[in-house]
Amino acid sequence: MNAPLPGTRPQAANIPLQRARPEATGIRLEQVSKRFRGGVLAVDRVDLDVRPGEFVVLVGPSGCGKSTLLRMIAGLEAVSGGRIWLGDQDVTSRLPQERDVAMVFQSYALYPRMTVRRNLGFGLRMRHTGRPERNRRVAEVAEVLGLEHLLDRRPAALSGGQRQRVAMGRAIVREPKAFLMDEPLSNLDAKLRVSMRAQLSRLHQRLGTTTVYVTHDQVEAMTLGQRVAVLRDGVLQQCDTPQHLFRHPVNLFVAAFIGSPSMNFVAASVSGGAAHFADLRVPLPAGSSLATADRQVILGIRPTGFGVAESNGWPTLRAVPDVVEELGDERNLIIDINAPRVDTDATRAAVAARTADDALLLPEEKARFTVRVPGDHPVSIGEPLDLAVNPERLYFFDPETGQTLR
Amino acid sequence: MTTRTATGPVRIESRWARPLQVGRYLLLFAFACFFLMPVYVLVVTALKDPVQVSVSRMWELPQSLSLNGFREVWPKLRPGLVNSVLLAVPVSIISSVLGAANGFVLSKWRFPGADIVFPLILFGMFIPYQAILIPMVRTMRDLGMQGGLDGLILVHVIYGLPITTLIFRSYFAGISDELIDAAKVDGAGMLRTLAYVALPIAPPAFAVAMIWQFTSSWNDFLFGVMLTSKENWPVTVALNNIAGGQQVPFHEVMASGLLACLPTLLVYVVLGRFFMRGLMAGALKG
Repeated sequence: MNAPLPGTRPQAANIPLQRARPEATGIRLEQVSKRFRGGVLAVDRVDLDVRPGEFVVLVGPSGCGKSTLLRMIAGLEAVSGGRIWLGDQDVTSRLPQERDVAMVFQSYALYPRMTVRRNLGFGLRMRHTGRPERNRRVAEVAEVLGLEHLLDRRPAALSGGQRQRVAMGRAIVREPKAFLMDEPLSNLDAKLRVSMRAQLSRLHQRLGTTTVYVTHDQVEAMTLGQRVAVLRDGVLQQCDTPQHLFRHPVNLFVAAFIGSPSMNFVAASVSGGAAHFADLRVPLPAGSSLATADRQVILGIRPTGFGVAESNGWPTLRAVPDVVEELGDERNLIIDINAPRVDTDATRAAVAARTADDALLLPEEKARFTVRVPGDHPVSIGEPLDLAVNPERLYFFDPETGQTLR
Repeated sequence: MTTRTATGPVRIESRWARPLQVGRYLLLFAFACFFLMPVYVLVVTALKDPVQVSVSRMWELPQSLSLNGFREVWPKLRPGLVNSVLLAVPVSIISSVLGAANGFVLSKWRFPGADIVFPLILFGMFIPYQAILIPMVRTMRDLGMQGGLDGLILVHVIYGLPITTLIFRSYFAGISDELIDAAKVDGAGMLRTLAYVALPIAPPAFAVAMIWQFTSSWNDFLFGVMLTSKENWPVTVALNNIAGGQQVPFHEVMASGLLACLPTLLVYVVLGRFFMRGLMAGALKG
């Protein structure tokens, strides 16, 4: 955000919020489990260490237990097993009001009969902060978030974005040990969401407060998180930096879940130091543990793992695009591959969790690939073209366990 | 109609719409007249001069307006009206506040066994007055609360708890759990969540509960006559005494009936505006 647009108020970027913060507090989960009364195991022995001041995103398809995990950190759900540490304090059996964490809810959960000012100050009032101090902090946060002119309004008289900022401000004003955010941006329209995402990042840089953020949107997870924890069916799959998650997924699910458009999968066989699928022979990357193997695998290629055929020695694939999606700078091509389609629980769960951007309208036996090519590369539907496969960017998975084979 | 221009407002309707609408309103008007007949007799008789009152001419309009009925009945009715106000106001306030607390813990601050406690409370609604009359009177006598209004208030508060609990439980069940969670995380315990978050959004439930409790304690006769002594009789007992003599003075009965039902009407009018919707607006996303 550079110069504020006319008619908008200066927001997070412009005003420094400088305060000598006490040491940021880390959050440690040890073997945390949650079994609901019906017997459903929502969270299964999760270990997670959020470092002081870190921004960690919990991501996964709906029902994966990420919100439950967050609510357990807040103290809104009791754990069925394991321990939760806030700094060096074991808070496992503490009430939410004793934990000194602040939470931002998906619905914002603003108190409807209170003005914005009283909404912001409620947490401080409940913690017996004196009125002058309370007013000072509310005014400061209102200024940072551009809410000063709204302080005497009730939530009903605010727009969605303004309500969202009040919800954020209510957490910030308390200066808690940690922020817990449960899909706070999912009720905003797409444009506002992107701008709030950037503001959130900036706010976190400035405040340095430990943050755990829940979302089902892997783009949001990748752009916001310093580290991203991927959950599936209550089990933590992988927790890593976005780059590492993208480059080195530990299994089929993470590979399918992270990245947009998602990774292409095809059943392939490995023998003689090369992978074979659809009449194509792709040499294995140097140092692969599969070099001497002779077995079936699931092969994964990112849409960006293809190049235009040149004389670089990459194996080429002759394909006919069925669909061409224009994105401006780039194009997505959807091509048929003469090899069996991969349809496992893991890939289905990963794809179903996302916006149906690459769901097939016509389920077929054959695999289909999404390929991203530069926008200046001439393509047209039905016109065959040669695509080079980058051997360095292949992923191999065990067809039985889904584990990555390196 | 050839004079209608193309730019005028055009309604799209079946050609039978008008006749059907007229028929519908005629039917509704006939029903309304039927149901308003007792009210008509009540008002008309109350305004008649004593000499004009007779059963054979009850449908006729009064020849001259007379407030004699009201004037004669007022001294007999006044102590009862005062007693009933002193009864119904505390009853509706106390049982609504207790019902709000009950409803809150049964829906938003649940405790183990809440699913058993709630049906047990609801059973209270289905116990007929007559079934508990004798034990109740004996209990109140043993407690030394017979004769005064305090005992009657206690009885009505307890008898009203199931319905007010139900009203508030349903109302609070409709508000978002996240609102309560937000208060918890903000540092409020149960009582402060109730006081600062739940009660401020509950005026519609209070209106319903208070109208209900005011009306039922105002209209109650049986408990009043059993539990209070003469000087504490509520208006219903006074009404009964006026109507229950050797010779029934119809204009007085009708006048006192009118007077006795005015406070409940007033409560409906005053509290009814809190029924308005949208008290929750703005709490959540939409």
